[in-house]
Amino acid sequence: MTIAVVVYPGTNCELDIVHAVNLAGADTEMVWHRDTDLSGASGVVLPGGFAHGDYLRTGAIARFSPIMDEVSRLADEGLPILGVCNGFQILTEAGLLPGALVANRDLKFICEPVHLRVESTDSVLTRAAVVGQVLSIPLNSYEGNYVADDIDRIEATGDVVLRYCDSDGRVDGSTNPNGSTNSIAGITNDARNVAGLMPHPERASEGILGSTDGMVLIEGFIASTELVTV
Amino acid sequence: MTYTFTVSITRKPGLSDPEGTTTKKALNDLGFDAVSHVSFGRTISVAVDAPTRDEAVSQVEVMCEKLLANPVMETYTIKPAS
Repeated sequence: MTIAVVVYPGTNCELDIVHAVNLAGADTEMVWHRDTDLSGASGVVLPGGFAHGDYLRTGAIARFSPIMDEVSRLADEGLPILGVCNGFQILTEAGLLPGALVANRDLKFICEPVHLRVESTDSVLTRAAVVGQVLSIPLNSYEGNYVADDIDRIEATGDVVLRYCDSDGRVDGSTNPNGSTNSIAGITNDARNVAGLMPHPERASEGILGSTDGMVLIEGFIASTELVTV
Repeated sequence: MTYTFTVSITRKPGLSDPEGTTTKKALNDLGFDAVSHVSFGRTISVAVDAPTRDEAVSQVEVMCEKLLANPVMETYTIKPAS
């Protein structure tokens, strides 16, 4: 059981996610974006960074990297796929997740811990968590402002898995760091096997980092990869 | 024949446009009270070799749908470069 971590030119969080996934007990293999074969992978993570310099739009060039045909094929087959930050942006550009990410409301790069409320455990990302659970996980992005032209459908189908909140789990305008529509921090697809979030769970994976709250997401993802037979 | 186009890409109405909102507020603060809306986009110049202008336009349309614009949040127009 090996989780593939895709590396693009400009990716810079691959070692962090590898470390956190290894801490949680799963093996990893880093895969270059020009590769085309992910057979043997039990799950795929697209990590954070600035793939292809984020030119044109975040994720717009990366979605056409050779590896993405294989990622799309495996997503269709039900393999767990996770995008963190830039990886989330790539998955939206690829159409594997709904919506898009634009510049933060206040036009500032946000690098700080934020609180997240678990909205649904019906995803490969949140399956080990509890609905209503509040997690403290760092955000590190400029284009983290979630928008969608079909937001009502996304809400109605229960695709929202994480929302920005305060330490008590309250969600309102004052607890929304970046202007995301409906405070959305993480979503899944209708089939529930692809998920993405802007905050970085791998940066909340050890006590020395200030929080271990990210591990419930990483462990849930790993548990999801153990359940699939593709 | 080489045809050159200016592709204009703009945010769909109703979707968050922080640059536009912030710039509108700055213009209002400067006394330009008549400004009711500002939106941001990008322009891209594309030169295409094609047998006819129509063929070139068709190619640029495909480029917009596939890469240059994100249909989830953007719309585009294609005009001949002056």
